[in-house]
Amino acid sequence: MNPPPDAAPRLSRRDALKWITAAAASSLAFSPEPRAGAPAARGYGTDPDLQRAYSPGDVWPLTFTPAERAAAAALCGLMLPPDAEGPGAEALLVHDFVDEWISAPYPEHVADRNTITEGLAWLDAEARRRWGGEFVRGTPAQRTALAEDLCDLASAQPEHRAGARFFQRFRDLAAGGYFTTPEGMKDLGYTGNYAMEAFTGPPPEVLRRLGLA
Amino acid sequence: MPVVTPSQTQPEYDVIVVGSGAAGGQTAYTCALEGAKVLMLEAGRDYDPARETPMFQVNSQAPLRGASTPDKPFGFHDATIDGGWQVPGEPYTSASDDPARQFWWWRARMMGGRTNHWGRISLRNGPYDFKPRTRDGLGFDWPLSYEDVAPYYDKVEMLIGVYGDNNGLENTPDSPAGCLQPPPILRAGEQYARAKGKALGLPVIPIHRAVLTQRQDPDVLPAKIHPANPRAQRLLADSMRQRAACFWATPCGRGCSIRANYQSTTVHLPPALASGNLDIVANAMAREVTVDAAGKATGVLFIDRTTGQEQRVKGRVVVLAASSAESVRILLNSRSPRFPQGLANSSGLVGKYIMDTVGAGMAGQIPALENLPRHNEDGAGGNHAYVPWWLYPEQVAGKLGFARGYHIEFGSGRQLPALHTVAGLEAFTRGSFGQKFKEDARRFYGSFIGFAGRGEMIPNEDSYCDLDPVVRDKWGIPVLRFHWKWSDHEIRQAAHMQRTFADWISALGGKVRGTPAMDGAKAIEPGGKIIHEVGGTIMGADARRSVTNQWCQTWDVRNLFVTDGGPFCSNADKNPTLTIMALAWRASDYLLAELRRGNL
Repeated sequence: MNPPPDAAPRLSRRDALKWITAAAASSLAFSPEPRAGAPAARGYGTDPDLQRAYSPGDVWPLTFTPAERAAAAALCGLMLPPDAEGPGAEALLVHDFVDEWISAPYPEHVADRNTITEGLAWLDAEARRRWGGEFVRGTPAQRTALAEDLCDLASAQPEHRAGARFFQRFRDLAAGGYFTTPEGMKDLGYTGNYAMEAFTGPPPEVLRRLGLA
Repeated sequence: MPVVTPSQTQPEYDVIVVGSGAAGGQTAYTCALEGAKVLMLEAGRDYDPARETPMFQVNSQAPLRGASTPDKPFGFHDATIDGGWQVPGEPYTSASDDPARQFWWWRARMMGGRTNHWGRISLRNGPYDFKPRTRDGLGFDWPLSYEDVAPYYDKVEMLIGVYGDNNGLENTPDSPAGCLQPPPILRAGEQYARAKGKALGLPVIPIHRAVLTQRQDPDVLPAKIHPANPRAQRLLADSMRQRAACFWATPCGRGCSIRANYQSTTVHLPPALASGNLDIVANAMAREVTVDAAGKATGVLFIDRTTGQEQRVKGRVVVLAASSAESVRILLNSRSPRFPQGLANSSGLVGKYIMDTVGAGMAGQIPALENLPRHNEDGAGGNHAYVPWWLYPEQVAGKLGFARGYHIEFGSGRQLPALHTVAGLEAFTRGSFGQKFKEDARRFYGSFIGFAGRGEMIPNEDSYCDLDPVVRDKWGIPVLRFHWKWSDHEIRQAAHMQRTFADWISALGGKVRGTPAMDGAKAIEPGGKIIHEVGGTIMGADARRSVTNQWCQTWDVRNLFVTDGGPFCSNADKNPTLTIMALAWRASDYLLAELRRGNL
């Protein structure tokens, strides 16, 4: 009864063990940080309404500060811009999903909360060092130059490695947030999720491309 | 679904069934349609798939884009309610602090249990699988043969609806004509993997899954399933008319509101309830089987979870179908001066020889699959193909270093995007962002194939469960303590899986994703992680060396049966659910006949 295998890694055993440990000592698992809007104390529980359509903020409050939200929105726009295939992440408010993620009570999320909020603070500090203002105040060229220094953890300079780790995590969250929306799924090339009379399999052109026709 | 409260139950039933999943559903179905008065106890809440299944919801409609959390370990839209490897207030313990010696126990507290979310993979055990000791000297032979079970496989396949094909492969049984539904066409990645796997000798064939690819024929199947029982035929035909065929959308793990796949709540329980012979009490946490002075079972003592009150119900026969480990727990907690070691435990074997399936996995990125013309690859909500174990001759000749086989499940294609779908691509994108990242995301989406090995574990003396001497759940019921150890057979098998996957990915012209463990001890998933736990009340031909006979009837208490995976005395690589149902049906036929003869 295990679910079918999936092309991407699933929950790691280490993370699951962390969850179990945390569940066993839930009151010790998270200590709210001294900042406005601490992460939620409770999740959605083991029997949530699965029919309902949820938006970020519906189940637990969002906790980005205005400065964090602005930086996150700009980063979403930089990582996943609009093009002919789709509207891009900033227009779809994917930063609110990132906020939902880091505001969630579960152990994995509490860890990401530190990565993301510290990373956004680092980003603004680096921007001030480079152009004397927050990340959002940079020109497109300035922001892109900064992103170039952070985008590839494997080749990042030592002084950029912490920022690169944040950039990598943020990009995974932003991409997941964007490509799961109806617009993002279309952008990505997903064409399913509607009822059909019959499943006709791959079209002839696909089989020809694979040398199977 | 109509259920009764504890106060509305009858003074006595013919049969009390504990559990509502594959085993409990099948047992109650068979008994109720054959005219017995049945009471089912389910520990979780009632559940209505027609109303509650999220059929077309996309992940952006879920909190956290549907990603798994401790509350919903298989993701937000997964059908599981009040379940997971941890259930609040219902702990279990491990005898060892060593992660390699720990067992993960999945439970789902809901009507229909795990059948609501399972993968629907429905493979028959083959002839070798019932006589493993005869073949290689390890483990136990079953006190029955494939021929004994085959008629029940036929009936279960026709009842629940299983797609698949007959391929005539060794120890991979064909089904008689009319049993199977047509298999769906393989997806592009499945066809490509089949073509490239040939050089490695990997036979890629249609998998068998409990999904209707066409509507069941209500004018033909019921008469085959219930000969000489016109009323059962009519009830089943009515139920079949209410099941739709798959409409090729929505992952099966969410359950199915149109009843196109098998879950107990859509296939077993509706006709059983329509017979008028089945009452169900939900939120009924079974604690122990009650016995009389003569040592016969008299009924079940349970906790009504809505009130916390103890309740007792009476039955002429008690059937435990609570999942193998939960049934062990009930037996061990059914202690009395007469049975100080728990019920049905004169052999001392209740809780012994628990098994899971060996699991290991690897993913590959396949350039040939990049940027293929867009097309709908949802399919039947799960796999269309698999590789049955293919090295029987080499294995029996002792050439492999491990005694039992595995099959390969693999998934490909542009599936419903989830949070992880486009995550962790740096090794392929060199950290692209912006317009280039969007192009990379489109390019790599659907170019991955994930491989999962599912192998046979041999029962061993170090893998068992007993009652924790201290810990109790929130109702004060003693909990299970697990002891676990893989043998070298399983560890070497996991290493073989990983080598096979790496070779196959190479043959596909692809690149292994990440750096998966090649060492079997590191690659093997923890015990219980595959959620195929069986054993603990093993069947056998000798009352001193087994807990039940071939009819799932306990040796010690003749009106007490266990019809879940507990009586399995081996755990073939084939996913256990179909065999659980076949054996539950067979046990129920025997039980009914013995009841009629006055032997119970």
